[in-house]
Amino acid sequence: MQVFPCPFCGERPDAEFRYGGDARKARPARDCSDAEWAQYMHFRANTRGESLELWLHAAGCGRWIEIRRDTASHVVIATEPMNR
Amino acid sequence: MSARRLGHGGEIDRGKTLDFRFDGRSFTGFAGDTVASALLAGGAQILGRSFKYHRPRGLLGSGFEEPNALLDLRDGERHDPNARITREMLAAGMELHSVHALGKASFDALGFLDRLSRFIPAAFYYKTFMWPRWWLFENAIRRMAGIGKLDPDARAHAESTIHLRADLCVIGAGPAGIAAARAAQARGLSVVMADERSRPGGSLLWRETSITGEPGAAWAAQSVQALRAGGATVLQDTSAIGLYDHNTVVLVQREAGRERLLQVRAGEIVLATGAIERPLLFAHNDRPGVMLADAVLEYLRRYAVCAGERVVVATASDPAWETAFALQAAGARCVLVDARTDPPMAAAARERGIELRTGARVAQALGAPVVTGARLDTGERIPCDLIAVGGGWTPLINLWCHARGRPRWNAELGCYLPGDALPGLRVAGSANGAVSLAQALSQGAEAGGAQGLETPACSEFSSGPGGAPDLSQTGGGRVWVDLQHDVTVKDLELAIRENFRVVEHLKRYTTLGMANDQGRTSNVNGLAVLADRTARSIAEVGITTFRPPYVPVSMAALAGHERGELQHPLRRLPAENAHRAEGAHFRDYGNLLRPAWYGPEEGALERECRAARESVAVLDASSLGKIEVIGPDAGALLDFVFYHRLSTLAPGRLRYTLALSESGAVWDDGVVMRLAPEHFVVSCSSGHVAAMTAHLQEWREDHFDLSRVFVHDCTSQWATMAISGPRSREVLASIIPGAVLDDADFPHMSLQTGVFHDRPARVARVSFTGERSYEVSVPASLAGALWQAARSGGAAPLGVEALGVLRAEKGFLFIGQDTDSETQPQDLGMDGPRRNRKDAYVGDRSLFLPEGTRAGRRQLVGIAADGAMIPPGAHAVASSAAGRRSIGFITSSYDSAALGRPVALALIEDGLSRMGEVLEFEHLGARHRGAVTAICFLDPAGERLHV
Amino acid sequence: MSATPPRKSHYSAWSLLREGLRGQRGWTPAWTDRDPDPAYDVIVIGGGGHGLATAYYLARTHGIRRVAVLEKGWIGGGNTGRNTTIIRSNYFNPQSAALYDLSVRLYEGLSRELNYNIMFSQRAIMEIAHTDADLESMARAANAMRISGIDIELVDRREALAMAPLMDASPDCRWPVRGALVQRRGGTARHDAVAWGYARAADTLGVHIIQGCEVQGFEIEAGRAVGVRTNRGTIRAGRIGMAVAGNSSVLAELGGFRLPLQSYTLQAMVSEPLEPCLHTVVMSTSNGAYVSQSDKGELVIGGNLDRNPSYAQRGSFAVTQSVLSTLVEMFPSFATLKLMRQWGGTVDASPDNSPLIGPTPLPGLFLNCGWGTGGFKAIPAGGTVFAHLLATGNHHPLSAAFDLSRFTTGALIDESHAGVQH
Repeated sequence: MQVFPCPFCGERPDAEFRYGGDARKARPARDCSDAEWAQYMHFRANTRGESLELWLHAAGCGRWIEIRRDTASHVVIATEPMNR
Repeated sequence: MSARRLGHGGEIDRGKTLDFRFDGRSFTGFAGDTVASALLAGGAQILGRSFKYHRPRGLLGSGFEEPNALLDLRDGERHDPNARITREMLAAGMELHSVHALGKASFDALGFLDRLSRFIPAAFYYKTFMWPRWWLFENAIRRMAGIGKLDPDARAHAESTIHLRADLCVIGAGPAGIAAARAAQARGLSVVMADERSRPGGSLLWRETSITGEPGAAWAAQSVQALRAGGATVLQDTSAIGLYDHNTVVLVQREAGRERLLQVRAGEIVLATGAIERPLLFAHNDRPGVMLADAVLEYLRRYAVCAGERVVVATASDPAWETAFALQAAGARCVLVDARTDPPMAAAARERGIELRTGARVAQALGAPVVTGARLDTGERIPCDLIAVGGGWTPLINLWCHARGRPRWNAELGCYLPGDALPGLRVAGSANGAVSLAQALSQGAEAGGAQGLETPACSEFSSGPGGAPDLSQTGGGRVWVDLQHDVTVKDLELAIRENFRVVEHLKRYTTLGMANDQGRTSNVNGLAVLADRTARSIAEVGITTFRPPYVPVSMAALAGHERGELQHPLRRLPAENAHRAEGAHFRDYGNLLRPAWYGPEEGALERECRAARESVAVLDASSLGKIEVIGPDAGALLDFVFYHRLSTLAPGRLRYTLALSESGAVWDDGVVMRLAPEHFVVSCSSGHVAAMTAHLQEWREDHFDLSRVFVHDCTSQWATMAISGPRSREVLASIIPGAVLDDADFPHMSLQTGVFHDRPARVARVSFTGERSYEVSVPASLAGALWQAARSGGAAPLGVEALGVLRAEKGFLFIGQDTDSETQPQDLGMDGPRRNRKDAYVGDRSLFLPEGTRAGRRQLVGIAADGAMIPPGAHAVASSAAGRRSIGFITSSYDSAALGRPVALALIEDGLSRMGEVLEFEHLGARHRGAVTAICFLDPAGERLHV
Repeated sequence: MSATPPRKSHYSAWSLLREGLRGQRGWTPAWTDRDPDPAYDVIVIGGGGHGLATAYYLARTHGIRRVAVLEKGWIGGGNTGRNTTIIRSNYFNPQSAALYDLSVRLYEGLSRELNYNIMFSQRAIMEIAHTDADLESMARAANAMRISGIDIELVDRREALAMAPLMDASPDCRWPVRGALVQRRGGTARHDAVAWGYARAADTLGVHIIQGCEVQGFEIEAGRAVGVRTNRGTIRAGRIGMAVAGNSSVLAELGGFRLPLQSYTLQAMVSEPLEPCLHTVVMSTSNGAYVSQSDKGELVIGGNLDRNPSYAQRGSFAVTQSVLSTLVEMFPSFATLKLMRQWGGTVDASPDNSPLIGPTPLPGLFLNCGWGTGGFKAIPAGGTVFAHLLATGNHHPLSAAFDLSRFTTGALIDESHAGVQH
């Protein structure tokens, strides 16, 4: 029932999108420690409030986008393509 | 209560009579009646029984606030086990029955429970039934519960949900709502207005009002006509059930017993939902014959039903006086009991012959089972057949709360009102605390964005606030707060004594407000008792949260049109009709409808397997992925995404590989083909096409120059038939003229292009059976033709079930069946890239975590059963002093006709180093034995590929 | 610190009868609201089921009397009071099976232990297989559970339909019944009663239950958490445990670390109450819908998560619709019923759908979270193992596998393939 403005397709219902985790997470190199890899793999900000997330516009353009949104109020603050 | 129908007036059509039955009695109403108004007019006074004590219950209200009047309704095919008859339009032939009575409403064999009430107060069940076991009591208690009975054979139609957009959505077409809609339309906005009654106007329909010199109801009708003419959508018989994110309003529209949902995406929302009257708290205020004064007036003016002959109207504010004046004018004899000592309209009342008791309150309803009188706090007893009560007003801010708005107690008006403003949402009229028509109209106009418009001139019978709940008569006797759930003031006091003082605790402990009516008439009275008995203000005790839906909605309407085939729709093959013509038996494989086998089930597996092993067979493999990866960096992207390097693949060649998740687990396998230096096709498994596309796309966008590599899913553009068996070359020759057939020029794991029906075709030499095989892909529109060509060329049909056997004989795995979320490539004996690759690829680091390198990982092996087939899902069990534990399980298991014995695959701890070991298996109590073997049971050298 | 715990009315049929004769006036408070003391041996943050149970077992099993439960709202007001009340232990991995089965066993004796009828109704839970593939994966799961000592049966279509006759049995229906995985000891309990029962019993043992007390930060000395800052002042403690479900990440941020959690909304809904028509808990493995009927007669319905990270406690209507559309396809006559109430709770989903129990990166602070959609069923076991951890500083044998360290070693306990997650 939420509306996400896809940078490619315009306003679309949230059902067309799929959540893909925290945005701008850097993938560590192979020589990182187990703990660093665990942080990358599993540990999340999971912010209550303003949050920067990756979403796939699965039933639309098929592109990944970054959505800055408030997880408490569901207000969408901004969206942009994943790979700027 | 001796109600009667007046000879004139109201919205009913006296020319059209409607016959119906209630509890075996015949009744007649008129078109325009609700079931409730017709029953009231017909003198049916006891309509049901209360939940716990089985006390007789009659009509209290006239709308969705009604807590009592729920009836079992049959109307043709339709069955409603608990119809809310105050909002149900009467239809001829309706069959109505009381619910929750052993017998019928007027005589309930469970009525004795009322006499035990002192032993079964609120929440008594938490204190007993513990010994020896709850369930020994539970079934008996369950049988006592429930309001209404499901008809197992009843069905309801699917109804599509309609989607609308509007600049402004107005809920409620009373004076404030109409004013808001008019103002918005004047500003050029598109408007959707919804109202739950059958005609617009809200309280204007039964309150004596005048707007711009016309009766309020006429003004409302004209306004709505003008709004419609101006393009507005005005929906009657339509309730807003919920407010959701981003200004979405969900409406339910009722029409001839059916319900349909509408979803409105609105720029702005105006809630003009009005207010409902509260009952008064006095002893035996639950008796049939105690009604809300406003409802009594609505029945009188809209349906021409005079609900009583001798009426006590009890209130402490002016609005209920209109009920007394109107009843008196209709011929009833009224006594007005007003807690105020000097009510302003006293003289006018006396002029009309209405008796007055000022500074007085009703202390007790007299009579059983129905009201025969009222005892006042002065001690006076007044004989009457109806007590019409006006205990103040509860603004309907439920929807505002759905939007996470916080209500705020207004001590002056004695009600909760919307608190801090919410963006995009305004509240107007009595929902927002307006206490006069003029105020409602101006609030509405303002909410609609009117600038400088004058509020139309208006007048009304009475105005003013209703005030807070009066608790002065709650000291003695049994005083009901929640009529349906039988929650009395004493119950609340008990809960408070036990420290259930937080309003949510009080509600849950006593079940106050949790009945079908969701506490519309009981909520604020309950809060007032809680506040009073804990020496706090109502503002301090707070209010419970309102949840959607605002009114109960049928599951049929909520389910929408996604029923039957449209629910989680199955994907289908382009050649489905060709398969059906061959007698294919279809099954759902991961939400894809595929032929399981062809012809009779008996012997199908063996028949189809034999064709593939001994001659030639064709399988529809169209659902296999065909994701194109194109561009100078295509090889680099595939290297990163897959476990094996693919940039080293020569054009025209194919390679089998795995896709890992970042956790190192094998989540898909497939064949990647390189058509040209910058053009690859990923043939992933059928169920993973969307996920694989997203996966490729994600890493493309994260890691690569977007101008140098593209990902495009073409799966549905192509149909693929896999032709397999010693004679497959002949079939290929017959369907692709000029195809390269020589093994030297077209070896295993290579690709050629050709032409089929003048369209491009691809032929991949790849095998899922271990036999010589060719996968022919053509444009999807030619799927049926390709299938026919293969069949005409001599290939027997091959279904998915036989495929399962053929591939298992070869030890080819099905991801997700022969692997689980822990399986890593080394567990499949594919350790090469893990050991050798130094470049980055998805999942690489996880393979080297302690978990990836530990001993005891479950590895995929073959199992040679000792005797009959071991069922899939059987576990291998190791017994030791510490007990029994599973060391793995069978993932695939079949009887192999080709080998004459069963074959099985299993994930077994350290399986690769247990070759030859005999394991004990368990399946649902049965025991089996089997030896660990290599996963390939047939032709381990791969010679059959070249036969 | 009050030395003598408050005396409680004993609950029984006899006491009800006696009170009935004297107007129900003799009942004492189920628990007492306290103001915080300056210091406790153990503070448990979160007055839900897990927090209250932890406090109860700290006092009862470990004899620790200076225990406080800090609840920012009202006890039982989070997921404990918003769930679909299902109790079962049909888990695939032996570590999970052991933990959840302890819970079922404790639930079986809980009403009498707490002297509070939590109405544990062992009316069986059944997961429906709609395809042959469902049946095969159920067989794999059933065998694993049986070896772990869990009572589980795989029943055929006929028996499954006999247990829930309202399911669509027509040949071409969307969700054909092929069989079912049945746990007869599974069932439902009255969720609020679990919270209140533990609160009453803990209060009797001297535990301080402090409502309206929100933790706003940690007192840290020499790198160790030694207390909490709250809206009602600073409270010191020897050890601090957090059992705050969907708000775990928020609290972790106050402690300066992250967790492998994502908070989502899980919806639940109830129909209007009806006479008994469904006698078991029915879950669908394929579409995630599940339903039971409460003693009051309401159908209690749930489905999959709303897949948008959220703390809003407000479900998406699209998810409501999809849950109900699958439900009425499975139970065609339910289409004639009406939905009465729908709500959403914030659940803390972990990567492997298994809980997180153990020390945190902040010494002195311990956590019990990550139960996701299934925390209610685990309350007695969660309380038992968390109390052990807080009392001794060491894992209970059953909780060691659920330590945060599993994300570093990779030894996840994946329960996502175990079908429905509630």
